[in-house]
Amino acid sequence: MDLSTPEIELLGIAPEIALVVGALFILIVDAIIGDGDNKWHLWILSTIALGASIFFSVQAWGTTELQLGDMIAVDGFATFVKITLAVFGLMTVWLSRGYLHRDGIEESEFYGLLLFSVAGMMLMASAADLIIVFLALETFSLALYVLVGFRRTSLLGQESAMKYFLLGAFSSAFLLLGIAFVYGAIGSTQMYGSSAAGASAEGISTALVSLPAEDFTLLVIATGLLIVGLGFKVAAVPFHMWTPDAYQGAPSPVTGFMAAATKLAGFAVLIRLFDVILFPLRSDWRPLLLGIAVLTMALGSILAVVQEDLKRLLAYSSIAHAGFVFTGIIASSDRGVSGSLFYLATYGITILGAFAVVAVLGGRDERRTRVDDFRGLFYESPLLAGALTLFLLSLAGVPATVGFVGKLVVFGAAVEAGYSWLVVVGVLASAVAAYFYLKVLVVMYMQEKDAGTELTGSETNKMGTGVIALAAVATVGLGLYWSPLIDFAERATFFFSAG
Amino acid sequence: MSDFPFLDVVIFLPLAGAILIGFLPKANVAALRYAALIVTIATFVVSLGVLANFDTADSGFQLGSNAEWIPEWGVGYITGVDGISLWLVLLTTFLTPLSVLASWSVTERVKPFFIFLLALETGMLGVFSSLDMFLFYVFWEVTLVPMYLLIGMWGYEKRIYAAMKFFLFTLAGSLLMLVAILYMYFAVGGEPTFSYQELLGTPLTLDVQRLLFLGFFASFAVKVPLVPLHTWLPDAHTEAPTAGSILLAAVLLKMGTYGLLRFAVPLFPDAAREMVPIVMALAIIGILYGALVAIMQKDLKRLVAYSSIAHLGFVVLGMFVGTIQGMSGGILQMVNHGLSTGALFMLVGALYDRRHTRLIADYGGLAKTVPVLAGVFLFVTMSSIGLPGLNGFIGEFLILLGTFFGYRWWAVPATFGVVLAAIYLLWAYRRVFHGPVTNEANAKLPDMGVREWLMLAPVMALILLIGVYPKPFLDRIEPAAEKVVSQLQDSSMIPGQVEEAGGP
Repeated sequence: MDLSTPEIELLGIAPEIALVVGALFILIVDAIIGDGDNKWHLWILSTIALGASIFFSVQAWGTTELQLGDMIAVDGFATFVKITLAVFGLMTVWLSRGYLHRDGIEESEFYGLLLFSVAGMMLMASAADLIIVFLALETFSLALYVLVGFRRTSLLGQESAMKYFLLGAFSSAFLLLGIAFVYGAIGSTQMYGSSAAGASAEGISTALVSLPAEDFTLLVIATGLLIVGLGFKVAAVPFHMWTPDAYQGAPSPVTGFMAAATKLAGFAVLIRLFDVILFPLRSDWRPLLLGIAVLTMALGSILAVVQEDLKRLLAYSSIAHAGFVFTGIIASSDRGVSGSLFYLATYGITILGAFAVVAVLGGRDERRTRVDDFRGLFYESPLLAGALTLFLLSLAGVPATVGFVGKLVVFGAAVEAGYSWLVVVGVLASAVAAYFYLKVLVVMYMQEKDAGTELTGSETNKMGTGVIALAAVATVGLGLYWSPLIDFAERATFFFSAG
Repeated sequence: MSDFPFLDVVIFLPLAGAILIGFLPKANVAALRYAALIVTIATFVVSLGVLANFDTADSGFQLGSNAEWIPEWGVGYITGVDGISLWLVLLTTFLTPLSVLASWSVTERVKPFFIFLLALETGMLGVFSSLDMFLFYVFWEVTLVPMYLLIGMWGYEKRIYAAMKFFLFTLAGSLLMLVAILYMYFAVGGEPTFSYQELLGTPLTLDVQRLLFLGFFASFAVKVPLVPLHTWLPDAHTEAPTAGSILLAAVLLKMGTYGLLRFAVPLFPDAAREMVPIVMALAIIGILYGALVAIMQKDLKRLVAYSSIAHLGFVVLGMFVGTIQGMSGGILQMVNHGLSTGALFMLVGALYDRRHTRLIADYGGLAKTVPVLAGVFLFVTMSSIGLPGLNGFIGEFLILLGTFFGYRWWAVPATFGVVLAAIYLLWAYRRVFHGPVTNEANAKLPDMGVREWLMLAPVMALILLIGVYPKPFLDRIEPAAEKVVSQLQDSSMIPGQVEEAGGP
């Protein structure tokens, strides 16, 4: 098959197609059905679209090849990330339903944009060309900029959307420059290079084999620029400045979605780039990532200590967690990759659960998101307090929750790779982090409720409460028996390799 | 030998009880209390089965089970007890029903209180029975959360500060242990495993051993606590509710000494041998410092808390002198301290229930108003001081004897500790119970009630039993003690290093 036109195979991007079609369908259907009070069709259609994308992702399991002109990698890794992203999407949709309804902003655009952003993130996972990375990144970012500012009447929301947009555009420029440098170095933006014999297309992987070592300088510079662009998306220090503001201003379901899914998408590219494609250059990028990992873990944990808003606190905690994932990437072993995937998947479920509690209890227009607003929550609603406790303990890495297992696997990979000192930094950061998670427990359990405030909301957001329950069960269940998920993650480390 | 899995039932029975209590109505306080009492007594009864089936001659681990948990990761559910952990398991199951009784005075939020208390018991029992490092670590950390909530929700004025300090100190220590465990996990070679018995005897260079020992030591030294890592203890003990104080002093501190004995020494024998002088110095400092600070305390609970630091210093001293007498004494003294200090906290709690103050100055002349309580208090005080015929004497005597054999001169300051203990305890006793009744509020107080008798009589009986006839206890301790002592003395692991660390 030496034809110049690429073979059209849609298996690789079928999950994304399902989401885009679903999103468009939702917009059309809503325009036809019009302004009802109860827009139940929106979340049902979203659920179907996400379910379909999970179905198509599963279909691709076991396939390992490049498709669509070597631009899309279909492999176990991409499948794992796509399924996980779809699960995050489902949780967000179910949570948003009651939230949007309560605040009177249940629009079809919200669901449409959410599905678009999930599609973009999925494309990140299977991107085998840096141009696709850029396209995917912009697709989900543009959707997220709007979602962050979706509470149109909220000043805080407007501000955070603006901030996120400006800084996001700035960081995209770095990414683009990095891609340009790659092109300058090897004359192509492909990651793998052509799989077909005799093809002229060169990729980073093949170039690293064929080029003389002195030509790597440009590639190393490009690596640095790519780290800036992607580090921004995963909220790594020093590219984290937008995180607390955007997380605080965004609607809580969106915040949870960003914390879980954006991180996963960003790290998916980072893992593929560094642990697979740029693996031969690891002596060049490891010092960079080590510095970022240490800074991210330390600053994220330390700055969270002084936060008084629960959403901001969780934002800083999500920064610290990005640092923990980096320890797995730095190990750059099978164990490191599967550990990072496991960490990202379980962290996502936990943080979505935590933001779900905020979304449910925050009240109309999110009036109550300060830590002090949750005073005496245990007495008002012990189950919600118990669920939030589980999520926080899991984020803190206390055993019998899945957060502990996640830390164990990434730290274990780093120890195995000989980075015990990095792990010591990591556990010290966790000890600092434990302080602010406990601070929330103090407020919930050990202080009396203010008279007049009512800490309820589970009646108005039953589906959100269901999401919380699901996340809580997963947090404990996977914390005690994580074999299936780690098994899945280990098998997902089977990448398409350039050979 | 019976096939009934006594040990595993003992571990999880309290947790099952906690779940059960979760379904009881919140308003029915009596039902909640009795449910907790029945569950804990049932646990104790089952634990007697562990004792009955324990084979005295066997120095290895018994009565446990071994099941796969996460086979891909070499994580197993492996349990078992030997002469060291047997008594700590029994101490736990014995004292928990008594702390439930001591918690009759808890009137607010009764339901979560007992849920946390029972969850705590499962955690503590798990720590003493786990033979898988992962399982051990899970239980170790899991004890933190209920204790944190017990202190923070039902404690006294400075409870939040104390609870936070308790949690963070312990967590910081145990996270370093986690890194060491992970290192061991990959260092074992072959299929990675967390199984304690497979990790034993992993050949490690001395440098690595030192670092790993420090990782484990950080965790256990905070828990014991050894000076200078002790500062969380007076706060936590003082601010905790009575049941919390009892279990904290009697059981949770033993997790530290137990960890040293079970993990830090056998896993890294060469590093441990090298550390002996440092650990002994810390222990002696703890004995003297704890005693001296205790003398000056104005708060009864704080006084008992500092006395714990001194007593735990004895335990650690006995464990590290490298003689069989010291080791046996140290292990027995863990149980003794649990009984005596547990009883002291019960009595201080009883006084607090009557007068709602913990300050020594508020009391005086109570021997006239509550003579029986005063007598019981004196009995327990004497046990804590180490009066011959009571349990404290046996433990401290063995420790001092062992120290004398191993390191003659170290026994001198340690013996001073015993004298100081007499000073702070008897002086406090005199100020509380003797002299004229100066405060009107003390003139009319109820004496010991039935519930308090139920609480204290079993402890007093055991105090006397160990004091008069310690043989059944020591018989079971010695085989295990000998094993650890031989690890402290044996230097065959590293050829060329023949320096003896001590020994007669």
